[in-house]
Amino acid sequence: MALETLQIEHVPSDHHVYAALFRDVQNVDFLQAQLIGKNPEFEYAFIDASVIISRTHLFAAIFRALNTLTEGTLQTPNVHSDIVIGLSPTNNISESYRRYGLTPSKTRDVLVIKVVYPKLSSENSAITSEQPTPESIWQHLTTHIQGTPVPLTNEEFAKSTDWAKVRKYYKLNGVPGVERIDKADEEGRRKEMEGLVVSGIALRGL
Amino acid sequence: MDPSPQSPPTKKRKMATSTSTSTAAPAVVEEHQFPLPPILTHPSAAPPTLITQGAEGRLYKTTFFSPDIPCALKYRPPKPYRHPVLDARLTKARLAFEAKVLERCRREGVPVPAVYAQNAAAGWIAVEWIEGAPVRVKINEWLGQRPKNEEEERSAAEQDQGPLIELMKRIGAAIAGLHRTGVVHGDLTTSNMMLRPHTKKTTTTTTSEQTNGVSKEEENAKLLEGDVVIIDFGLANQSQSDEDRATDLYVLERAFASTHPRAENLFEHLLESYKQSFKKGASVLHKLEDVRMRGRKRSMIG
Repeated sequence: MALETLQIEHVPSDHHVYAALFRDVQNVDFLQAQLIGKNPEFEYAFIDASVIISRTHLFAAIFRALNTLTEGTLQTPNVHSDIVIGLSPTNNISESYRRYGLTPSKTRDVLVIKVVYPKLSSENSAITSEQPTPESIWQHLTTHIQGTPVPLTNEEFAKSTDWAKVRKYYKLNGVPGVERIDKADEEGRRKEMEGLVVSGIALRGL
Repeated sequence: MDPSPQSPPTKKRKMATSTSTSTAAPAVVEEHQFPLPPILTHPSAAPPTLITQGAEGRLYKTTFFSPDIPCALKYRPPKPYRHPVLDARLTKARLAFEAKVLERCRREGVPVPAVYAQNAAAGWIAVEWIEGAPVRVKINEWLGQRPKNEEEERSAAEQDQGPLIELMKRIGAAIAGLHRTGVVHGDLTTSNMMLRPHTKKTTTTTTSEQTNGVSKEEENAKLLEGDVVIIDFGLANQSQSDEDRATDLYVLERAFASTHPRAENLFEHLLESYKQSFKKGASVLHKLEDVRMRGRKRSMIG
């Protein structure tokens, strides 16, 4: 099973985060339609994997969304959409959906995040009466996502990262902190950019 | 009480050496003299350790995102003597400002810790853990190995202090970079600078090197190697004025003289390097003369 249970530091123990990465997804338009139609069975965060540079990058966005969830200050209807906008260093929500979420006929690799946590009864919708298990989530995902599951490793993320987009979205072009690092030191530059990306996520709204 | 018994007690909050923090036996958790901030009550791979307590907040070492990413989490607890609304607002504004300054420095290439996460309203900020030791500790280690006899010291000074002079120059350059971005630190001391070892993933401590049989001379030469990383921007400010920059240098000068009296004469190297790495350095140093004459308090005019 390629569904990973993410262990994120300092997240409440009754909050479980599951994630999977699918390559060459054929039915992105269908998946997006479910989100737009607010189909309760599709309460996932769907992320365009090309904007993700590493696990740490992803964790930063998830952590931020979980933190707003536990604080009760979600900015969007649910924690899953907050994960998507959590990737953004800016406050423009619809732009964030466009940039980090799914775009039919453009998105190829899809990253799926599912957060399971005890909900208040007032939030109860049809499917929350019983908590989904990793098995049932995986079952549901593989039934509806037409793509090839791959493990969520930094290597896999690196394969699909679109650096031009990342540099633009996180305003990393011509930044002295990156430019001063030797061009040959790719690993050093990548690390520095990751630091700036994570800071950008952490500082949104300040 | 002190979670890092190997490091001497300090008055300021700052990060202790990574080597001096015992990697938290479960017993340590129960010994916390303060309740943990709520964010740290959630599970993590290793329990957080209290590194130091300052006037404004507490510094914990913990991990962030995943167990292999160490981080420093600074928590400003609510102050019971302040009106709750005012307290919340001040805490939030100060942490938000600190986070913004750190990000700005980082983008400009000034060596500071990266921000991992923050919740200014809840009073915490998590930043990158800087390996190594405070510059203060390193300089004292270095000075401790020098001859104590004053005459000897003077004769040996010129050749022997080379590595320390180099370090002073690197500090000067780091401060120049900070000031160039329009930030003044507000509390520059050798405790608020870390010396981060160059080598990637080499976390061998001096003690382990000794046991490995590395010669004392080689070890001494390595003692002051590394990048100077400025930490603790809790009192930082945005300013482009020579006055504020000179005050920054003055505070460091005074702190340096009292922390490292035996190296006081080397401070000029720091200033010289500051002047060379910063276009406006000369005028700041000129201002420093004035500040020395009257102390760090600003003039009452205006």
